[in-house]
Amino acid sequence: MTVQVSRRGLLKGAGAGLAGGTLGALGFGGLEPAMAAAVRPFKLAQMRETRNTCPYCSVACGVILYSLGDRSKNARSSVMHIEGDPDHPINRGTLCPKGSALLDFVHAETRTKYPLHRAPGSSEFKRVSWDFALDRIAQLLKEDRDKNFVAKNGDLTVNRWTTMGFLGASATTNETAWLTYKTVRSMGALVFDNQARV
Amino acid sequence: MTNLWMDIKHADVITVMGGNAAEAHPCGFKWVVEAKAHNNAKLIVVDPRFTRTASVADLYCPIRQGTDIAFLSGVAKYLLDNDKLQHRYVSAYTNAGYVVREGYDFQDGLFTGYDADKRDYDKTTWDYEIGPDGYAVVDETMQHPRCVMQLLKKHLAIYTPEMVERICGSPKETFLKVCEMMATTASPEKSMASLYALGWTHHSKGSQNIRSMCIVQTLLGNIGVLGGGMQALRGHSNIQGLTDIGLMSNLIPGYLNIPVEKEPDYASYMAKRQFKPLRPGQTSYWQNYNKFFVSFQKAMWGDKATKENDWAYDYLPKLDVPTYDVLRGFELAKQGKMTGYVIQGFNPLLSFPNRAKMTEAFSKMKFIVVMDPLKTETARFWENHGEYNDVDPTKIQTEVFELPTTLFVEEEGSLSNSSRWLQWHWQAQEAPGECRSDIEIMSEIFLRVRNAYKKDGGAFPDAIVNLKWDYAIAESPTPTELARELNGYTLAPTPDLNGTIIPAGKQVDGFAQLKDDGTTACGCWIYSGCYTEKGNMMARRDNTDPGDRGIAPNWAFAWPANRRVLYNRASCDPEGRPWSEKKKLIEWNGKQWIGFDVPDYGVTVAPDKGVGPFILNQEGVARLWTRGLMRDGPFPAHYEPFESPMANLAFPRIKGAPASRIFKDDLADLGDAKEFPYAATSYRLTEHFHGWTKHARINAILQPEAFVEISEELAKEKGIAKGSWVRVWSKRGSLKAKALVTKRIKPLICDGKPVHVVGIPQHWGFMGLTKKGWHPNSLTPVVGDANTETPEFKAWLVNIEPTTPPSDAVA
Repeated sequence: MTVQVSRRGLLKGAGAGLAGGTLGALGFGGLEPAMAAAVRPFKLAQMRETRNTCPYCSVACGVILYSLGDRSKNARSSVMHIEGDPDHPINRGTLCPKGSALLDFVHAETRTKYPLHRAPGSSEFKRVSWDFALDRIAQLLKEDRDKNFVAKNGDLTVNRWTTMGFLGASATTNETAWLTYKTVRSMGALVFDNQARV
Repeated sequence: MTNLWMDIKHADVITVMGGNAAEAHPCGFKWVVEAKAHNNAKLIVVDPRFTRTASVADLYCPIRQGTDIAFLSGVAKYLLDNDKLQHRYVSAYTNAGYVVREGYDFQDGLFTGYDADKRDYDKTTWDYEIGPDGYAVVDETMQHPRCVMQLLKKHLAIYTPEMVERICGSPKETFLKVCEMMATTASPEKSMASLYALGWTHHSKGSQNIRSMCIVQTLLGNIGVLGGGMQALRGHSNIQGLTDIGLMSNLIPGYLNIPVEKEPDYASYMAKRQFKPLRPGQTSYWQNYNKFFVSFQKAMWGDKATKENDWAYDYLPKLDVPTYDVLRGFELAKQGKMTGYVIQGFNPLLSFPNRAKMTEAFSKMKFIVVMDPLKTETARFWENHGEYNDVDPTKIQTEVFELPTTLFVEEEGSLSNSSRWLQWHWQAQEAPGECRSDIEIMSEIFLRVRNAYKKDGGAFPDAIVNLKWDYAIAESPTPTELARELNGYTLAPTPDLNGTIIPAGKQVDGFAQLKDDGTTACGCWIYSGCYTEKGNMMARRDNTDPGDRGIAPNWAFAWPANRRVLYNRASCDPEGRPWSEKKKLIEWNGKQWIGFDVPDYGVTVAPDKGVGPFILNQEGVARLWTRGLMRDGPFPAHYEPFESPMANLAFPRIKGAPASRIFKDDLADLGDAKEFPYAATSYRLTEHFHGWTKHARINAILQPEAFVEISEELAKEKGIAKGSWVRVWSKRGSLKAKALVTKRIKPLICDGKPVHVVGIPQHWGFMGLTKKGWHPNSLTPVVGDANTETPEFKAWLVNIEPTTPPSDAVA
């Protein structure tokens, strides 16, 4: 499989192609080639390519992220285009209606950007500093652990903590999962789960 | 998946049942299309709805949700009655001839040893007869009245095609066509791939749904071969990894177990985990349990885990109940017994059953922490969103933190897909605002807790203050550092299998080098080999595929040991010759096993040594009957969903699944068919991924608004017009949505009466860019599978009526 040729040939499979395809079905037939032509110079000449995998289902399609910003000092990178990776043995450059729209997921208006805190009984979130949030969470965890940790059940050493629950996330990396496992288990937590059950 | 996505192209028959791969796993489903186009494969779809997968099927058979065991037991009976087995495979590679001890029985829907009060079994009799030589007794003729084959025939006798039609609503003629099509793969040249997903797991007997197909696939000789297998299509990009690494109440990474109270020390823990071969000469990975466990403890606590302190065995918490799963966790929260929850990338308000119970549970906790890249409903459970989240914030005293996290484009690391591939990905942009990675957030919280214990002391600080934490930047361990821990490394010079000394501080090549003497550390033994001295094996991008096997062995890393097809020894006959030359995976060359894949067997173990091909099992063979390993029975049996439109025709006295756990209040919250006559189910649409994509503009445009699907017949009966508003309600809650009146759903005729199906997609909430709506969890019951506690999201009861639009909607 020749990477360059495949990649160029796959322009219409991209996110823009999805919207174009939908509009095309409504009678805007010329839009798709126009969109493809419009993104071509950006993609090949000015963007940086990064390999990644789609974060949605478990097929784990390969994707290529095209970003502006060359990683030089003080240059911020921003992903401008995402398409299927033609080298990937499973998806061979294709993406589904979800994967084709990943760019809108990355730049969703409703992404979280700052730590927020809602006080008991309050009707709103307030922006707080990371230090405030992390100090307070650590304090709440320790208070509860010290209060409710069960070291012994009769003669048996049980060293468990069952009044705090922890949920791991099915889209985080294995490395995140391992770090989460280490920290949560070291505290003796047993109310611990992930999306595998749901 | 026992096999992998590309391998589906080798299948001769593909059955999609308990899933809808064309819509939920579209790019994986392309391999089904490939098999149809280039391997002349036949596609069978069994589903209550005529899905998009069904629309390209060669054979579509409707089924009432929650009756898969009856259907597949009927298929297995057909195979036995019509002698459609792969005979040598069944006799050499399964426990069909194993003799079961006296006392085991199955009567009126219950296995021996049932305790109705505990909803549990005493499983003593669920085992083999052990002979004087200490091994299981085997009758190779399979004629012994207590051998598994004879018990199976007896067990399946009731599942006639007529009974299948009465229970499942699947027309007898169509059902028999399914049987005939599947039966063609009994030939050693042919194979069937079974593709399933949450359509099988979301039931009070989900594990036994899967077991039923395992029995069919084993009788047909379809496990371990190209184009065969049990293909679990996992729901999320790294749900496989999170499960592998054991982020569950009762697990240690690599499917080891957290100890229970009654195992007070390492010796008593290991006593229950000694691998005892059930047949002469049988070997297994599990004979190395102690090496995996000690290496895990060393990865956690380093030099604080010593032989003298039982490898820091006391640092692990001990369970007093089988598991603190989410259903139990939120039951405890509802009872006011939980202080808080830390929630990473998860939206439980819209993910766990019975939304009203979830809101009550959250409201009773002192605090919750939500770490997420999106503004979720869970983080706003206390916020009033009109009828979509009708709560009074002033009455909710829960303190809430919402911490912004990075997305996949802003981090590097590996994800494990359904094929068990660990694939590395790289960062492409900086995170917006003040987002931080989950690694940094968990590290920062942990270090603050650790410092407080170091400074002030408190309850059992040992396991916290001694946790191995030697990362270059304590607040920000790198994915590479963590991946190297997962792989495993030497702590002291230690010999490898050939006696060559590996110096201290080296990455191990694989789990075969792990030791139980404290000289190695390994976070997750099945991931060993992912980051060796050769570098990051997960980042490999060589897509060449020798022999066009659909394996690409040098792309990324597959666990275990970079093996792509599990149980691949079973792709050869007992003499070591491939069953099918066309589908050759490995073979015995007289000296060793060679081929396209890493052999799932001792590489130099000759075929005549009598070692069975299923080396994860003590028997070395595949199990048609599972001894005491499943909580709810060694064979699957048909049980109705906890909320069902009809009684159990097979076992009239049994309601629900006898060994499934259900809490008292949740039992009282079950409705009956008089009040709620319609059979509801939930599912995904191809344009959306759970609640995530409602935040993405294009997806929100493609599927902007919640709907429920009903048949034309039900619409007529209830006076519901196409596109009009309906109210759907259960004993637990109510929702409004637009009615999609469709030919895709037809009434099923079960025992002579119509059963109407109401289909409820699951993609709407009160955050994001779509119109606001409800998730089916407003309606679903809180009861889980007996083995996994996976909630019964796919089969419950509702009622439906025309209604007025929500206050913010236009009719």
